Amino acid sequence: MPSRAAPTTQSPPVPAGLTRDQLLDMYRYLRLTRTLEERLVALYRQSKVIGGLFRSLGQEGESVASAYALDRGRNRDVLSPLIRNLGSMLVMGAQPIQILRQYMAKAESPTRGRELNVHFNDLERGYLGQISHLGDMVPVMAGIALTFKLRGEPRVGLVYIGDGATSTGTFHEGLNFAAVQRVPLVVIVEYNRWAYSTPPEKQFAVKDLAEKAKGYGVPGVTVDGNDVLAVYEATRFAVERARGGHGVHVIEVKTYRRKGHAEHDDQHYVPKDELDWWAKENDPVDRYVKRLLQSEWVEERELQAIDERTKAEIDQATDACVDEPLPPGDSALEGVYANPPALTPHWYRTL
Amino acid sequence: MAEVTYLEALRQGLWEEMERDPRVFILGEDVGAYGGAFKVTDGFAKQFGEERVIDTPISEAAIVGAAAGAAHMGMRPVAEMQFIDFISCAYDMLTNYVATARYRAGLATPMVVRGPCGGYVRGGPFHSQNPEAAFFHTPGLKIVYPATARDAKGLIKASIRDDDPVIYLEHKWLYRRIKEQLPEGEDLLTPIGEARLAREGKDLSIVTYGATVWKALEAAEQLAKDDGLSVEVLDLRTLLPMDDAAIMRTVEKTNKVLIVHEDTRTGGVAGEIAARINEQAFAWLDGPIMRVTAHDVPLPYAPTLEDFVLPQTEDIVKAARWLAAY
Repeated sequence: MPSRAAPTTQSPPVPAGLTRDQLLDMYRYLRLTRTLEERLVALYRQSKVIGGLFRSLGQEGESVASAYALDRGRNRDVLSPLIRNLGSMLVMGAQPIQILRQYMAKAESPTRGRELNVHFNDLERGYLGQISHLGDMVPVMAGIALTFKLRGEPRVGLVYIGDGATSTGTFHEGLNFAAVQRVPLVVIVEYNRWAYSTPPEKQFAVKDLAEKAKGYGVPGVTVDGNDVLAVYEATRFAVERARGGHGVHVIEVKTYRRKGHAEHDDQHYVPKDELDWWAKENDPVDRYVKRLLQSEWVEERELQAIDERTKAEIDQATDACVDEPLPPGDSALEGVYANPPALTPHWYRTL
Repeated sequence: MAEVTYLEALRQGLWEEMERDPRVFILGEDVGAYGGAFKVTDGFAKQFGEERVIDTPISEAAIVGAAAGAAHMGMRPVAEMQFIDFISCAYDMLTNYVATARYRAGLATPMVVRGPCGGYVRGGPFHSQNPEAAFFHTPGLKIVYPATARDAKGLIKASIRDDDPVIYLEHKWLYRRIKEQLPEGEDLLTPIGEARLAREGKDLSIVTYGATVWKALEAAEQLAKDDGLSVEVLDLRTLLPMDDAAIMRTVEKTNKVLIVHEDTRTGGVAGEIAARINEQAFAWLDGPIMRVTAHDVPLPYAPTLEDFVLPQTEDIVKAARWLAAY
């Protein structure tokens, strides 16, 4: 089915300069992402998840691999994930219990119940949560990368943008600004076929979104987004190029959104056989496992051990937070400003 | 002491903060080599270098967004809107991203967005706006609006040092019209959130801000001379957070209040002030809270039209006279 298939880029014969431990580590993040989302589905069905649930099924590969190409640790590179980049946040050090608490709006969640799902951040670990206004993170990440440039720090910013969000004004303004300023920013454009229910032909008139890079005078490449090692290698190249002072780099990753926009969306607009094909023939985790085993880089029992540890980790995290309380109502008045630190309730609340 | 204009005072404040704190930098359209459309940043690029006085593309959303990103990382950006009318191009970025950052995610975003606003200059619909009401409704932002040279300087310095995002509105009609003796070598700071009593009086209060502070003072002078009325004028200086205590003090003193602003009426700041007085000082009122504002039309270009639409000194005199007699 060539019209639906992602372009096949050949993975490098040796695994992109990665060690065996790193290959297994990336597998662990892939498994962690998928298992955590499966747990969230169960919690969603039990009405423990307060809001919507957004899956990244089928896109875990590009999220994990691109983040894995960054320098990670305290005050190193910074990325800004979208709703389907849970994997990238886990790679940067977000903890499963934080994600679980966010979805369940717990008092102890990173945003203390103010924001939803993966909308939170830890700038020291290197992730800045998105807002729902798509495109806005491009100018913001341009500003973060600008700061690296102004201070002469060898750090890089990475921002994800969906195929649909390339239609926004902020995407254009941010990318142009970053390109003109030659800031160290890598832009990962995720072509996942659906913007909610809107197909690409109603969203943009270019064939490949990497073509848009030309309009900003920066390099753009298209990569098979479900080939973990190809995404890693392309991102690594772009990141090091940016770190070397050569400015913005756009990478389009071709992937596929296998679930609806959110859990409530029944995907009636998607041809059934298309979903089946991507699940059976082009799953990023399956492909990565196959590659690892066929190349005899790792053994199956090592992967199974990771699967078991991951499940146990998620079980433990769930048990630890599922019965935690929601935040007290009046904590809603705290933290609008640094000064004053809290607002007072309206007069009738004291009657 | 040296006599400086409102514009020069603002320049001084910016300059001093750039010298004091290496985290402060300026970004905006034509702010570098050209020195800004009104020359507020004239000479800055030469003194501080192009890295700290950044000429940007015509992209208000990117200017504000990039400022926010830099602020998260510990910088203190000052973003210039060439005319404040164009701040609406960054409305999404300011209201959805910047204003909510601390609350939703604990993100510090210490940044200033400043630019020339206001009418009485024949600028037409897109070079005369007063955008405060559009942002006044957004928790998380602060809005300051100096009327004097001293506060132009004191508020830009305080805004840059504030840990929250501040919209700094500077009135272009005041830029070169207002001159004031300012002390040299003194760290002049105007606290955010504090109004200023511009003129003391006992018969009636005018609560106002920006250019209309001067129109109100003119009116008060005329009313004193012609009618023997003692009019108090309160210059708010900060709109968000508003100095309720200062407003209630003047209401309790004179028992009659006229709210004056240059912005259009419906949904304007005056409505909010009236509501607060009603809730907090109703018992002290001896008359209705009245407003003098622009008419609810886009600001037109022709002098005859602009003069008709905007509040004039004579309007304030007539309204105050009516209220005093109530």
